[in-house]
Amino acid sequence: MTAQVDLLHVVTTDNITPRRIALGRTLVWGSAGILFLLIAIQALFEYGYLSFGFENWRPVLYGYAFWAFCFCASQVIIRGEQGKRALFVLPAVLFVASMVIFPLLFGLSIAFSDWNLASPDGRSFNGLDNVRQMWADPYYWNALKNMVYYTMAILVEYAIAFGLALLLNSQIRAQKFFRVAFLMPLMLSPVAVSWMVGKSMLEVRFGPIARLARWIGWDSPSFFGTPEMARTMVMVMDAWTFIPFMMIMILAGLQAIPKEVQEAAKVDGASAIQAFWQVVFPLMLPISITAVLIRIIFKLKLADIIITVTSGGPGGATDSVTSFIFREYRDRSNVGYGTLLAMVYLVVIIIAITIFMKLVDRWMNPRY
Amino acid sequence: MSDSQIFHDSEMDLSHRAKWLTKRVAVYGVLIFWTIICLFPIYWTITTSFKIAPDVMQGNMIPWVDFEPRWKGWKSLGLSPNTIFTESTVRDEFIKRFMNSIKTSVGASTLALILGSCAAYGLSRFNYRFGFMRNSDISFFFLSQLILPPVVLALPFLVLYKKFALLDTSLGLILLYTLTVLPIVIWIMRDQFSSIPVELEEAALVDGLSVWGAFFTIILPIALPGMVAAFILALVLTWNEYFFAALLTSTDAKTLPVMVASQTGSQGINWWSMAALSAAAIFPLVVIGVVLERFIIKGMASGSGK
Repeated sequence: MTAQVDLLHVVTTDNITPRRIALGRTLVWGSAGILFLLIAIQALFEYGYLSFGFENWRPVLYGYAFWAFCFCASQVIIRGEQGKRALFVLPAVLFVASMVIFPLLFGLSIAFSDWNLASPDGRSFNGLDNVRQMWADPYYWNALKNMVYYTMAILVEYAIAFGLALLLNSQIRAQKFFRVAFLMPLMLSPVAVSWMVGKSMLEVRFGPIARLARWIGWDSPSFFGTPEMARTMVMVMDAWTFIPFMMIMILAGLQAIPKEVQEAAKVDGASAIQAFWQVVFPLMLPISITAVLIRIIFKLKLADIIITVTSGGPGGATDSVTSFIFREYRDRSNVGYGTLLAMVYLVVIIIAITIFMKLVDRWMNPRY
Repeated sequence: MSDSQIFHDSEMDLSHRAKWLTKRVAVYGVLIFWTIICLFPIYWTITTSFKIAPDVMQGNMIPWVDFEPRWKGWKSLGLSPNTIFTESTVRDEFIKRFMNSIKTSVGASTLALILGSCAAYGLSRFNYRFGFMRNSDISFFFLSQLILPPVVLALPFLVLYKKFALLDTSLGLILLYTLTVLPIVIWIMRDQFSSIPVELEEAALVDGLSVWGAFFTIILPIALPGMVAAFILALVLTWNEYFFAALLTSTDAKTLPVMVASQTGSQGINWWSMAALSAAAIFPLVVIGVVLERFIIKGMASGSGK
């Protein structure tokens, strides 16, 4: 399927004169010139070589926006119809590239420096000191380990979500009501959830869940006392918000399975359990993997619940990498070290996800 | 003809009925149990906002039966009936944060929708070559942004925004939020556009429309439900975002989640006012969830098609 022809094929009679091309080129290079001029002025001003300049780098940003606009316009001027097509993708590409690649490179450069934003010294390059510090930082390794636990919890979430989706897909009354009710947790802000559930419902003295626990027979319930319990509670709250997400994806998949397949299984005498494990579940595998993968991606960002409920406690037992870096920055305002930790995290994630995808691929398409 | 019944329910079918009934009960039992799990925290928050101290401590649950609802929590926010027309600094603060949240989330979702649908349309219709990048590479480039955890960008952005004077501005947050929701929008919209037959545009082109003209007049109206779905999903994600908002804003552009979070720490926990604040903060999304549930489900379902 390497079709080199556009799906929407357009025949055009563009008559592009050399003057038009020249105009386009001037536009691009002219605006680029203005941008570089702005950068040069500001850089020289910042280092004290120039007496005049702007208060901040904001004009450079405007310069960049202007250049981007001119670049898009010049595409149409120079390349005519082809340029108009490029215009669909170009703004998004420019936006993402400038918002991701430049900060990432900048982040790499500050990851190897000691930069305390609060101190007046500014930034100083310190080579691999940050790496050494990270290597010896038990809290960071602990946070990484916690992320593994948190990610494991997705399996349980997935099982629950699948069960709920099956129920919603069966013949029930008031399906819409249940769907809306089940969707609700996803709409709520994790911060509000962490107050509503984490701080008030799990409050040891008057919280309704603590009451329930006492009624069941747990004399002195404490939900954030021991590391295991606290971690579980964070998992439960996070699961509560995100189970609907997986549920909806799985439900959509279930509804897409043709009825005939299940009827055929029934005719062949499969019991409900057999029909599920040998027909429905295998058919649902691709969607399940997508749902789990997206859920993993969201899980890796987990921070707000931890920051607001436990702030990492007790003793860093509930820290996720994100919340750890957040506190690291809040406490010591050291940008360099925090960035290095984040970069290492990114590398770990990329490696882990690549391995996961490869394994899934191997498992889904076995080569004998 | 004859009145005698020809077909009788066999013994097995009759026992089947009892089995069916127990199964029904079990199914509805689980459904109702999970509904309670989903809705009880919301119920608890709303009722708590009408409680006073003794009610909270005694764990009274049902209004008018267990306890007499009071406006205490809402009064402290300046939103109760008798304070709504008087001056209230808390209310002004709340309204300001609320407006900030609306500004950033709507701004970011709109920007992401515009950039995302154009890109998704282009990717679903044309073959591009930017240097070595082809269509699949460009798609991957967009979607791979999902894997990027926000922490990685957070601190570099903090430093850069300081330089660009974007710290503590809504514009800065909007740009960053757009970046985080753009992959999701592109994902949903690409699915939408590839389900629309190309013949429609071809007909439009034959009739003399340009490529962009066909996109605006023919395709966008058809893809509107998908766009609403993408927009709402982006809105939910950006409205609830806490991490960047906590890091990059301090006074002017602070959003609602940051305000809620900052209230929990200070002055112990003031149950009723916190409950009122949380209830007010989740209210818009609860309404959106109930009214536009169809679109949200559609949006998430289209993502699973791949």
